[in-house]
Amino acid sequence: MTIQVPKTALSHRVEDLLRTERLPHVWCPGCGIGIVLQAFLRAVKDLEAKGVINRNQLVFVTGIGCTGRASGYVRLDGAHTPHGRPIAYAYGVKLGNPKLVPVVFSGDGDLAGIGGNHLLHAARRNFDLLVIMVNNLNYALTGGQLAPTTPRGVYSTTTPKGNPERPLDAARLVAALGANYVARWSIHYPVHIEESIKKALPRRGFRFIEVLSICPEIFGRHIGFRTPAELYERLRKISKVRKPKSLEDIKYDWDEEITLGVFVDKDEPGYMESLCERYNYSWCDELPEKRWARK
Amino acid sequence: MARREFLTGNEAMAEAAIAAGLKVFIGYPITPASDLFEYLAEKLPEHGGIVFQGEDEIASINALVGAVYAGAKAMTATSGPGFSLMAESLGLAAMVEAPIVIVYNMRTGPSTGIATGTGQGDVMQSRWASHGHYMDVVYAPWSVQEAYNLVIKAFDTAWRLRVPTIVLGDTILAHTRELVVAYEPGEVKVADRKPPREPPGQFKPFKPDPDDLVPPMAFYGEGYAVLVESLAHDERGYYTTNPKVYEALVRRLEEKVMKNKHLVAQSDSRMAEDAETLIVAFGTLARSALALVKDLRKQGKKVGLWRPVSIWPLDEEGLVKAAEKASRVIVAEMNLGQLYREVARILAPLGKKVELVPVLSPELPGPDELLDYFEKAGVRI
Repeated sequence: MTIQVPKTALSHRVEDLLRTERLPHVWCPGCGIGIVLQAFLRAVKDLEAKGVINRNQLVFVTGIGCTGRASGYVRLDGAHTPHGRPIAYAYGVKLGNPKLVPVVFSGDGDLAGIGGNHLLHAARRNFDLLVIMVNNLNYALTGGQLAPTTPRGVYSTTTPKGNPERPLDAARLVAALGANYVARWSIHYPVHIEESIKKALPRRGFRFIEVLSICPEIFGRHIGFRTPAELYERLRKISKVRKPKSLEDIKYDWDEEITLGVFVDKDEPGYMESLCERYNYSWCDELPEKRWARK
Repeated sequence: MARREFLTGNEAMAEAAIAAGLKVFIGYPITPASDLFEYLAEKLPEHGGIVFQGEDEIASINALVGAVYAGAKAMTATSGPGFSLMAESLGLAAMVEAPIVIVYNMRTGPSTGIATGTGQGDVMQSRWASHGHYMDVVYAPWSVQEAYNLVIKAFDTAWRLRVPTIVLGDTILAHTRELVVAYEPGEVKVADRKPPREPPGQFKPFKPDPDDLVPPMAFYGEGYAVLVESLAHDERGYYTTNPKVYEALVRRLEEKVMKNKHLVAQSDSRMAEDAETLIVAFGTLARSALALVKDLRKQGKKVGLWRPVSIWPLDEEGLVKAAEKASRVIVAEMNLGQLYREVARILAPLGKKVELVPVLSPELPGPDELLDYFEKAGVRI
């Protein structure tokens, strides 16, 4: 039996960017991924309304994991690629048609773990690419195993005596490699996430936005947080929005402070323009990044 | 205008790719494929194409899949260890029906092996590297001219059937310099994608045409909201665990190639009509084998050669026809028996004696040395 629901009752401002026939989604109650995805879709709608971008030039690329499933729900050109490879796939999209604007949307395990090599080289190259990394502090879809971002000391299903490793601060790493735009937020700041995406999407070079998210079902419950709200509160307490004095001043410490805010905001030519300095390609004048940089 | 050039195998394959309309080359340096990469780095930008050095082979092949969905004819070149790294996303290319072309020059393995030596140990790896059951197409040239022709054919096959297509060369082919008849871009005909026939909203990116089982392809940026799904998917590209949809998908990935086998399978018979002994060899080793066949013919022995030009799929009918009159079949290859197993399987119903001459050497043997390998294997003609 199909239940008919009046369209107006459930319509949402980003509905036309979703493959609504695929809902409900796989994400657990209390999961933060939807907050980040909605911020992205709202940013797309807003930029489109202002005439800055056209949704047909966007390519929404994800990897494997909970966050990776987003491409299945988003009504844009896109790809759901093997574990760790969305950045590499996105390179190809841009090289195959420089007029396109690839966006990578994936998790911390996918981008900073198995895909770490692609992440660091994309940042080093200042490759024209926006990466949104949803950091839920663990490998969630596979059952709560250790991630490179998992805080030291906490339990995971592959570190039963507590994590002995120092976690990776992906935002600080990417900032150190010279990316054009680096910001970190948490899901407590949906408006800030949206504003950051609006700023970063029509920008040349490599842009990286990390969003700390909560995984109440797999991460939180396993380490003793009984409800999503408890984990949400815990993360809120240690998240501090501030302007760091230096790279070393950016903190990623589960017990003291996770620094949030915009860490890098510059507008140097990206990889594609650097290619155009050497070769006279027919598309060089039509690079969307170049047009945006002139505005 | 067709022109004559004196090129190495790698240079010829690079030239062929340019003639076929190559727009993006993405690779990672490895012997003996690097000089193809270097040659394209010089030449491809003159034809408006981009050459990009990935951080590794994994990046390269994933980027290749992205590039073809963005609408570009794209290629990479690698060798055994690099191809091993590409294995996972060779499966991606097969699953999402991405028309990528890979030049795969075999060297000596396993592992790092003898990096500068030649080999033929990757017959199975070229076909079955990735997990799951999938199909790719593999051509194996024996000369620089044939390498040129088969790279063009590889682009045609890849785009006609939306299947990852490999040109399986080796160190000797990569670096041998021979006269080649080459063409300019536009002078050779290479298949293009079948464009979508339905408007956005109705188009299904993995809905095959019933006649050839190949789905029309929409590129990114055309407004079709194409979802390229690495998970098992239905015709819309949506993930499904439905056993029937899964079975239909995996079967079709194989059947679309087998149904169009006449466009792909190719072999070469020499002096096989009256041969009592048929030697089977492929790639550059087949050149030594042909020289040996000619020597033996001079001694009055009725020997012939059958050489597969496509290895996957093999021209099985061609092999059966060539082997019809022979009482014995000898497979010579530079491994301990990979093509041999296929030949034995195909000829088993005919009751032919199939023998193996393994040639384990980082150097290509001449005809006399090849005969020594025959003797070493206890195979006398």
